[in-house]
Amino acid sequence: MNVHHGRVVGVNGNLVTAEFEQPVKQNEVTYVCIGDLRLKSELIRIRGRYAEMQVFEDTSGLRAGDAVEFTGELLSAELGPGLLGQVYDGLQNPLPQLAEECGFFLQRGRYLPALDRTRKWSFTPVATNGATVRSGDTLGTIPEGIFQHRVMVPFGLAGPLTVASIAHAGEVTVESVVARLRDAAGEERDVRVMQRWPVKVPIRAYQERLRPSEPLITKVRIVDTFFPVARGGTYCIPGPFGAGKTVLQQITSRNADVDIVIVAACGERAGEVVETLREFPELTDPRTGRSLMERTLIICNTSSMPVAAREASVYLGVTVAEYYRQMGLNVLLLADSTSRWAQALREVSGRLEEIPGEEAFPAYLESVIAAFYERGGVVRLRDGATGSVTIGGTVSPAGAKFEEPVTQATLKVVGAFHGLSRERSDARRYPAIHPLESWSKYASVVPSADVEHGRRMLRRGNDVGQMMKVVGEEGTSLDDFVVFLAAEYLDASYLQQDAYHDVDAATPAERQAHVYARIHGILRTPMKFPDKDAARRFFQRLTQATNDWNRTPWASPEFAAAERKIDAMVGEVAAVQVKQ
Amino acid sequence: MNTVYTKVEQIVGNVITVNASDVGYRELAQVTSTLGTSLAQVIRLEGGRVFLQVFAGSRGIATDAQVRFLGHPMQVPFSEALLGRIFTGSGVPRDAGPTLDHGMIEIAGPSVNPSKRIIPRRMVRTGIPMIDVFNTLVESQKLPIFSVAGEPYNPLLARIALQAEVDVIVLGGMGLKHDDYLFFRDTLEQQGSLSRTVMFVHTASDPVVECLMVPDLALAVAEKFALEKKRVLVLLTDMTNFSDALKEIAITMEQIPSNRGYPGDLYSQLAARYEKAVDFDAAGSITILAVTTMPGDDVTHPVPDNTGYITEGQFYLRNGRIEPFGSLSRLKQFVNGRTRDDHRTLMNVMIQIYAACKESREKRSMGFRMSAWDKKLLDYGDKFESGMMDLTVNIPLEQALELGWRILADCFEPAETGISTKLIDKFWPKGDRTQAPAATPAPVPVAAATR
Repeated sequence: MNVHHGRVVGVNGNLVTAEFEQPVKQNEVTYVCIGDLRLKSELIRIRGRYAEMQVFEDTSGLRAGDAVEFTGELLSAELGPGLLGQVYDGLQNPLPQLAEECGFFLQRGRYLPALDRTRKWSFTPVATNGATVRSGDTLGTIPEGIFQHRVMVPFGLAGPLTVASIAHAGEVTVESVVARLRDAAGEERDVRVMQRWPVKVPIRAYQERLRPSEPLITKVRIVDTFFPVARGGTYCIPGPFGAGKTVLQQITSRNADVDIVIVAACGERAGEVVETLREFPELTDPRTGRSLMERTLIICNTSSMPVAAREASVYLGVTVAEYYRQMGLNVLLLADSTSRWAQALREVSGRLEEIPGEEAFPAYLESVIAAFYERGGVVRLRDGATGSVTIGGTVSPAGAKFEEPVTQATLKVVGAFHGLSRERSDARRYPAIHPLESWSKYASVVPSADVEHGRRMLRRGNDVGQMMKVVGEEGTSLDDFVVFLAAEYLDASYLQQDAYHDVDAATPAERQAHVYARIHGILRTPMKFPDKDAARRFFQRLTQATNDWNRTPWASPEFAAAERKIDAMVGEVAAVQVKQ
Repeated sequence: MNTVYTKVEQIVGNVITVNASDVGYRELAQVTSTLGTSLAQVIRLEGGRVFLQVFAGSRGIATDAQVRFLGHPMQVPFSEALLGRIFTGSGVPRDAGPTLDHGMIEIAGPSVNPSKRIIPRRMVRTGIPMIDVFNTLVESQKLPIFSVAGEPYNPLLARIALQAEVDVIVLGGMGLKHDDYLFFRDTLEQQGSLSRTVMFVHTASDPVVECLMVPDLALAVAEKFALEKKRVLVLLTDMTNFSDALKEIAITMEQIPSNRGYPGDLYSQLAARYEKAVDFDAAGSITILAVTTMPGDDVTHPVPDNTGYITEGQFYLRNGRIEPFGSLSRLKQFVNGRTRDDHRTLMNVMIQIYAACKESREKRSMGFRMSAWDKKLLDYGDKFESGMMDLTVNIPLEQALELGWRILADCFEPAETGISTKLIDKFWPKGDRTQAPAATPAPVPVAAATR
């Protein structure tokens, strides 16, 4: 690419204005130079002879007249084997390697290649000479951890191409040329193991998009049973601070039944990323028995890291997710938190002096959010395999009000809403997903009629609870009181889950179906109690017994014993007509 | 480099504009006016125009004032000689000591590479049971004290500073009342802690721009100490004043406000400071305790709201006590599993029962009949509040745990607390019950009653 030059004429925070003469491109990557330092930036507005760029680094010391390089390339991700297990910043710099080079602090202007250029991979060709291929088709494979990494025809190449030559099986690096392709005009070009793709453009090298129908098991009961997520679906977790958004995402990143998890920590606390960083290599993936890190990619642009790179970090995440989807894998992208990305948009918009929308967020906020979530989905690839990208984003609503613009813009485009509530987290009812306010459009792991019944119970229990606050326990009828207790029982023994207990923290789908069927059966059993105290005592004992049951290993003798104990307890109070 | 410019094009608020060339963004300048010389910082470059924020304010600045650029950004001296010293928000000595100008370091430096951070593992003992037992402060934690104006947050901060086992204390005062500044100085001096303290103090009557510099100065110094393997505690009071200073300047600069007049980058600005809290792999640590006053006791106000999303928990100071509800130390589980076997259980149980007591109090205030169980809870509530919550209580963690058991034993039968038999056998105080067992139990197990 031709590199053009310009010079700085203005600096306002991380927004730099430069004068240019040769043609420039909207959203191209530019470098603003301070002496030897080259600061990466993105061109975001052009006015006459002036280009405005958001710089991904601190701009201190920049002077009018400093050089600017226009690269002509859009902000792109490097895609190839070696992505998994990595820890990147928002611009795909590998952080551990940066630390080796720069020590404790992140030095601006230091960029390292995302993929190791020297590492050897073993390549096996799949395509044959003379074959006709299209973008996204597999040319060969490389084993990467537990996956067969596909080396694909670059996504940007149009039309049918002929394989002019293909490398033999053997060792390659990410920069090795593994094939030559000829296009219809007879022009040939090299294909390397690694390809680059602009992060803000969705990869569309597939046959068709399908409807998400298969559930994505997270092993969180309230999610899988009541507010399920589908593979290829999208969901959001808004919640006030301290309600457990990040813990929920961490649990999901461990237990989710997908091939690959990409964690994009966007503008949040560094300490939380550190937990993942330090713990994941030691945890084993129950699916494969290997380290969890082998299926995980962490992109972290924490709150004190450059604001402009927050946007890049979520797009980088979704681009890598799409790349692995093209290999027929199921990928889950967890973005924490999309509000910080929206705030970064707001900061830039303010500096550009754009006319503000609600709460000073830019007017294009909704379309940007919608376009991002729309990159999730299930697709059928050209070889018939399916792959999916599921996107789960947390939202940090200002003032804990869900009416604010980011939450509302997100709710319009996602398939499930897991609203966390302060009330529930204060009462230590974790996970604090509000059972009455949340919703999902995807299919549950238990029959929908049963879920609906459970939901009605919760609603009625809540109504009685509200009423009892006014009239007291004395003013409530025994029947209503039992409804209240039953709803509390469902909440305490099924919706709530102990994230720190080895067994209770992760409930597989099969177990959920079994346990929910039993609890649902109990809720449908007519019961008779002499008075409220007896009813309360019964439900307390039942809750205790069910919680013990939840803590026994699945399909173990203790599990069966605990279940029998519960059956016996229910048998004692069941109204006579049911017994017969 | 040292060209003097003498033509001020524009003065708006505390921001002056001059036409100058070869000036770096964020560079410092000296502005001389009839009222003396002040530092100023470049906050915007636009064509040939340079916008400068004058630290001492623009009052008295003439259009022909002398502006001399210094060629470097804001710096602060760093050496052992800092200990025991007090500075203003421009880094000028506030005490009678000499000016320090050796070993200058830049402030607001780059952030720490997340892969060089470690999971925190040491608790900071404060002698306050509500912190040590219930929401343990952990080294490298960043924690605000949410408080209403009028609460004793500065005395609390001073007490923690005096009792915390750290090597260096850096105090950043923003918009402090002059009396409060003297209070901090005198208290630290009397207790002999001044010699391990550095203070950067901006009082309410000082120029507002200096308020903005205080956290950066304090944290830059703290970072240096931490890299020299010191355990540093940074106390910042009051971050709401800092945010208000940000607001004031953003509006002067005609930035579009987002919420209640605060700039859209309030979150990033606060995070850039709080995220300086760190436990370095193979070096020292920085722990940040900051006061955030909540205007109108409203936690959804932009300052506490944004703060809560950044920090690792919060202490609520209300009615002179640290509220157990709402207060949270997100890092406590890293340390409280290793203090004593009963720590976690006692922490949960005492709060759960206290929550049940609050419900009973609500019922009582609504005129409902009090059962025997309610009465026990009410009794417990009073004992808990006076024995544990009162800020005057000053005992080490182990004693506080003993006290906790004694309060429980005074009010309840072991089974009523829902604590596992193993712990009861080991820790339940024997034979010193001061109260007869209640006749009609029907105890509400605590977990179910917590709502």
